[in-house]
Amino acid sequence: MKGRPFGPLPIDVPVPGSSFTDLLDALGMSPKLEIPEGASVPSVPEGTTVLAVRYEGGVVMAGDRRATEGHLIAHRQVRKVFPADRYSAIAIAGIAGLAIDMVRLFQVELEHYEKIEGVALSLEGKASFLARLVRNQLPLAFQGLAVVPLFAGYDTITNTGRVFSYDVVGGRYEETEFATTGSGARLAKSFLRTTYETGMGASDVAALAVKALVAASQEDTATGGPDLLRGILPNVVRIDSSGFQELTDEEIHPLAQEAVETIR
Amino acid sequence: MTIPFYVAPEQLVRDKAEFARKGIARGRSLVAMDYADGVLMIAENPSTALRKISELYDRIAFAGVGRYNEFETLRKAGIRQADLTGYLYSRDDVTAMGLATAFSQTLGMIFIRDPKPFEVEILITELSANGGDHRLFRISYDGTLYDERRFVAIGGKAERLSEALEGLWRPGMSLREAFAAGEEAFRQAEGRESEGWEIAALDANAGRRAFRRIDLSEVTG
Repeated sequence: MKGRPFGPLPIDVPVPGSSFTDLLDALGMSPKLEIPEGASVPSVPEGTTVLAVRYEGGVVMAGDRRATEGHLIAHRQVRKVFPADRYSAIAIAGIAGLAIDMVRLFQVELEHYEKIEGVALSLEGKASFLARLVRNQLPLAFQGLAVVPLFAGYDTITNTGRVFSYDVVGGRYEETEFATTGSGARLAKSFLRTTYETGMGASDVAALAVKALVAASQEDTATGGPDLLRGILPNVVRIDSSGFQELTDEEIHPLAQEAVETIR
Repeated sequence: MTIPFYVAPEQLVRDKAEFARKGIARGRSLVAMDYADGVLMIAENPSTALRKISELYDRIAFAGVGRYNEFETLRKAGIRQADLTGYLYSRDDVTAMGLATAFSQTLGMIFIRDPKPFEVEILITELSANGGDHRLFRISYDGTLYDERRFVAIGGKAERLSEALEGLWRPGMSLREAFAAGEEAFRQAEGRESEGWEIAALDANAGRRAFRRIDLSEVTG
């Protein structure tokens, strides 16, 4: 069966294992990623700063809302932090179009595995799979079309929040305190390095994450700070033993206000 | 080369159907019914590892009786089909109607093409989006598709279970009441106590993924 998944079920397709990505491959439906020799890379929107911070019992992830195209702002209200499944979240930086597609595939992959096998992948397993998705994009990264995600979740085996960062070749690194990626990553990381304290609670860490984004936006033109007039606020999510939860604008607004007032 | 004996198509189909029916009749049965918050599915199943009811998509569940390996093959193919459609188009484009048609075509094709038909009967249930009747599709071993309302039974004792539910089912039952009705229907149809329950529901209050497994303690005591 090639092409559209209609008609009789794909029963005769030899599918290796429980992976949705492998199913797409087996059906010849994977996205084609080759760029012709000598082709110039078009100007496309890029996502900027996202970060993840661990705390006692979970992890907080946050991202600004700006996408840039060269020196211009492409989108003001783009979303860069997504739920991956019930106990994990993925945040993206880099070429927005490719990154959002990677997130979609990753989400379907996790749910597909869970339904086929009857149990969800371990957090470690999810992190490894994401590394494979990043590595699959390597030819594009050489063309300047890189996507670098962050992955964080609550590990139901060890009962802790865990954070994984990646590089463009699919290298996977577990971080003990926090991780950042995107254009403002170094600025946000420097801020976190001086302000992060072990033993912080969920609400302290959420406030810290928003401050780190604001700090990055002060120095990096590609990172968007909160726009309190228009109500454009960073996305903040929290994952703990009760699962993924997105903070509401009402919860984020005071954090953003405080950050804007205190960050010099 | 040997020339195969001629067998009349009527005879062939009758033999295959009888074979499949016998296989299904040996297995245990399963019922699904509307209740206050969605669709409740109850299967007699002594095993806690081999499932007969499972999640197919956001608001769609799959249930099968008969040979485990055969309905498991169908279940996995159904999940692949659903996830492919949802990934290529939109999650809203995955419907019980589309999947039930695909299951029906597949079972029909296997019944005609393969020397041995699948000895299974399957059920596709879907939560209604607008509060109306939920979808209950029953698909038999030869691919015949039935669009049922309110409650449905599959498996060896399907007919007697349906007859029993006719008297027991009421609209708007709570989860406990619905389970009690199902349990009583099994008791009347089988004439004995169950050897273990597998219970699951499509629960309209459960969020995007409506499917959830239900522990016996939640519906009894």
